Amino acid sequence: MYVSTKWLENYVDTKGIAPADLAEKITRAGIEVDTIIDRSEGLTNIVVGHVESCEKHPEADKLNICQVNVGEETVQIICGAPNVAAGQNIIAALPGAKLPGGMKIKKAKLRGEVSNGMICSLQELGVEGKTVAKAYAEGIYVLPADAKPGTDALSLLGLDDVILEFDLTPNRADALSMLGVAYEVGAILSQDVKLPKIEYTASNEKAEDFLKLKVEAKEDNPMYIAKVVKNVKVAESPLWLQNYLMAAGVRPHNNVVDITNFVLLEYGQPLHAFDYDRLATKEIVVRHAVEGEKITTLDDVERTLRAGQLVITNGKEPVALAGVMGGANSEVYDGTTTVVIESAYFAPASVRKTSKDVGLRSDASTRLEKGVDPNRVAEAAERAAQLLSELAGGEVLAGSVQFDELNKESVRIILSPDYVNRRLGMKIPMDEMVSILERLQIPVEAANGQLIVDAPTRRQDLRIKEDLIEEIARLYGYDEIPMTLPIGESVPGGLSSFQEKRRLVRRYLESAGLYQAITYSLTSRAESQSFALETAPVTELLMPMSEDRSVLRQSLLPHLLEATTYNVARRIDTVSLYETGSVFLGTQEDGLPKEVGHVAAVITGKWVNHAWQQENKKVDFFVMKGIIEGLMDTLGLTEKVTYTKATHDGLHPGRTADILLNGEVVGVLGQLHPSEQKKRDLKETYVTEINLALLLAESAEALVYEQVPRYPSMSRDIALVVSKDEAAGSLMEIIQEAGGKLLKDVTVFDLYEGDKVDEGMKSLAFSLTYFDADRTLTDEEVVTRHDKVLAALKEKSGAVLRG
Amino acid sequence: MEQQLEQLKQEALQKIEDAPSVKELNDVRVAYLGKKGPITDLLKGMGKLPAEERPKMGALVNVVRETVTTSLEEKMELLEQQAVNEKLEKETIDITLPGRPVKLGNHHPLTRVVEDIEDFFISMGYEVAEGPEVEQDYYNFEALNLPKGHPARDMQDSFYITEDVLLRTHTSPVQARTMAAKKGEPIKIICPGKVYRRDSDDATHSHQFTQIEGLVVGEDIRMSDLKGTLALFAKKMFGEEREIRLRPSFFPFTEPSVEMDISCFKCGGSGCNVCKKTGWIEILGSGMVHPNVLEMAGYDPTVFTGFAFGMGPERIAMLKYGVEDIRHFFTNDMRFISQFNRTEV
Repeated sequence: MYVSTKWLENYVDTKGIAPADLAEKITRAGIEVDTIIDRSEGLTNIVVGHVESCEKHPEADKLNICQVNVGEETVQIICGAPNVAAGQNIIAALPGAKLPGGMKIKKAKLRGEVSNGMICSLQELGVEGKTVAKAYAEGIYVLPADAKPGTDALSLLGLDDVILEFDLTPNRADALSMLGVAYEVGAILSQDVKLPKIEYTASNEKAEDFLKLKVEAKEDNPMYIAKVVKNVKVAESPLWLQNYLMAAGVRPHNNVVDITNFVLLEYGQPLHAFDYDRLATKEIVVRHAVEGEKITTLDDVERTLRAGQLVITNGKEPVALAGVMGGANSEVYDGTTTVVIESAYFAPASVRKTSKDVGLRSDASTRLEKGVDPNRVAEAAERAAQLLSELAGGEVLAGSVQFDELNKESVRIILSPDYVNRRLGMKIPMDEMVSILERLQIPVEAANGQLIVDAPTRRQDLRIKEDLIEEIARLYGYDEIPMTLPIGESVPGGLSSFQEKRRLVRRYLESAGLYQAITYSLTSRAESQSFALETAPVTELLMPMSEDRSVLRQSLLPHLLEATTYNVARRIDTVSLYETGSVFLGTQEDGLPKEVGHVAAVITGKWVNHAWQQENKKVDFFVMKGIIEGLMDTLGLTEKVTYTKATHDGLHPGRTADILLNGEVVGVLGQLHPSEQKKRDLKETYVTEINLALLLAESAEALVYEQVPRYPSMSRDIALVVSKDEAAGSLMEIIQEAGGKLLKDVTVFDLYEGDKVDEGMKSLAFSLTYFDADRTLTDEEVVTRHDKVLAALKEKSGAVLRG
Repeated sequence: MEQQLEQLKQEALQKIEDAPSVKELNDVRVAYLGKKGPITDLLKGMGKLPAEERPKMGALVNVVRETVTTSLEEKMELLEQQAVNEKLEKETIDITLPGRPVKLGNHHPLTRVVEDIEDFFISMGYEVAEGPEVEQDYYNFEALNLPKGHPARDMQDSFYITEDVLLRTHTSPVQARTMAAKKGEPIKIICPGKVYRRDSDDATHSHQFTQIEGLVVGEDIRMSDLKGTLALFAKKMFGEEREIRLRPSFFPFTEPSVEMDISCFKCGGSGCNVCKKTGWIEILGSGMVHPNVLEMAGYDPTVFTGFAFGMGPERIAMLKYGVEDIRHFFTNDMRFISQFNRTEV
């Protein structure tokens, strides 16, 4: 909503307050002023000129040599506009003039002819092209004949004005009118509001003798009023009216249309003007459209209507899309003499639906769909009638044709000052509250310690006590509210154990070298189940914006890999990313998918990279496994976690493992399948994804201190030759079992596959540490135990000591 | 003999002084103090002296021997020190070469902002509540005073799954769920999470983004409590000198509704490009919980009141760190994420 401060001045006194200060006060009181537009900014030395003669430039086809009377003298100005002509009053920018955008007018020679200035279009003065009347949209602007040469053109054009652009919240539809703004500003400045005086002389003829009205769709149209005005002379509107419309961002057309737009802006009540003769049937019928019915609207678009859309008809065919846009067939034109003015209350939901269905939003529909003031419907029609009589020479027929079942009652709200103060944490005196409501022109009565308020119908947002608390508080000033903290019993805040452990997981992974990523939950159907640990029916959007974002993910890996590819494509060779987030599986009883928290990670490139010392090492399976082992250790789950060889779609069949918690698969880790790597433009890449919900639901083992060793331990190293297929893990299990209590630790320290062992064999070396917490072990004891280990190895896996 | 002894001493001291290395010094030691050296010889030759001279001579020889020994030791220490110094000299490295990098990752900037906010409110006694990202229309809209047909719940603006299920458009349904679950108990929660709107992704819009909301419900919770809480939060999050101001606004689920501005953390209020010359930056929306919302969740609005607030971590991160494009948060460019690796205090 654009609010012209010049126009506003007609209704409320804002003298002595700078527009910027006024804007600040309005913003602080509740309506945000987005921008302040000073229309005269940069404009100087611009006067009214009278074109005394206009001749073709001898050297240039498109230029005219004009002799222009600019008050005290007549000067020569060269003008290139096609519509310039002798006898016109025009806008002349004289040498020294400044125009918006910094253009300076200087005396100049054009093809040998002196030009002492410029004849201007409105656009050249900074007026938006779309608000300039069509007649002047492509050329210079022609001023009224009574304009006096040499006088200031800016004030004549109403450009000595500052516009405030309001950013209205949906509840403040009342401020979609100049009068509504006047009430608000009046309350802020403690000023009265001057309402327009509606006076005109009506004709002896009666409107009801000219027009019949039938409202068939009463629920969607509880009030319809039509006034008939005869002998209208359609012409250009007076300049002041055009100026106001342009200030509000509305293009002037002719006096009849301009008047309906003016009243819409002034009262917030949309009006429509029909050409009475073109209606042809002397009848208006408001009904719902029949499916497939057609109407050509004012914008010259033929629209096919759907059943249920509200239309105004002449009893035969639609003449307007109710509250949205008029029809071309009944449009007021230059030859119109009798006008029907429509003012109506159309149900907001009906207008909203029609406007959305046909994809048309107009100044009328935006107001009607929020609900206009029921008590201004008739008044606005009278105001239009008055202006038609004053400005278009119209003869207003007596009375009006109307249907009215609209509820115009105001809402009564009773509240106590104590209630207000308790909610606000303040001590505003009762009389102060009364005074604020009175400033807002809200009828209020103080009786028995209660405030009895009748919320005016123009303020549809005032329904309950809290609405009034807001009115009182915002005008009293939010700065006056003290700062306190809630009283009452306080509970310790904190994270749930899942949330706390999820933070731990993130911190661990980051300390292990991974960066946290956040990717989109929506993905394509094709990728939605790739790499999923568990698949279930997918959750799909009804109206996706694109196929790429149409289904909810069941694995975090596809998008993490997409991010990896993005980085690699930008020559970031080493990528290490992880994400914690939800996957969405199937549908539960409540209609929602099961959301399960997962953690996933991707690594590719060099894990160790210390260039000048020539140390670098590519990522491999064991880097990823080490990260996961560290994670399990951090979570106190090491003893409960095992890894088994596995195969998964998209992963390398020989380099993939399931991660098991207490024997149940909770995750996967492995190398991306080479074909998958190729598809995604990646080199060797390792991934993991784990069901975080399951992992974090498992409690860590109790942390009990183990005594620091007081006796030495003894180490024995063994190198075994075993079949290539033999897993180190199972050998370690054999060693653990045979080593018993005395075997404190076993680690792999060498793996050899090559010429020095037989074909199909490999050598694995283990370091075994024997230890007893209570004494120093003797050599003999260790030898005995160690021999048992060797025997078990030989027996269970055929492993022999490497010679 | 005394003379001979003196000469021997001078000779030895000279050789010690001249010895260039440990090896040569050891030769001197052997030559003079060894079993076949002249001093030993002299001691051996003592037997030929008259008995009364022996103690005197013995003492003299010992003095010479000690003098030589001391000198030797001192020289030895010096030479060893020199040897060490030479070795250290050879071991010298270029300390300006870069160190071995420690492999470390870091938080995503949004997590950083969210955790900062969570931690402040946890310290104020709030619990962190989370809820499903796919929500029932009831919790997302209806329970929040947005009945069916309300313009704010346009199908065009939300990702619907069915007519009654959608991707949540804000984290407010977590508040509605918490109220329904707490059944009349006082509440102090903070709700972070992902939310979704049917927007085309561009520099300032993202179909997926983050929200963090707070809710306090209790007996006689006042608007002044909201203001006090937010003022503390602003100082904690944006600096001790931050001032706040409340401006009236509108949200369907609160009444009165306000927006909170903080004094600009870049210019301090004098006006700059961050605050668009106003001195103030809009940070969050809030208000007193609408009585309809309380009532729908089973709280008697004549007894219970509450306040709620909500903000966008993306916006906060963009303002704080000068990020110009919201899409950076979801592209996961390592060159972007890895910048958020250090403390700001």
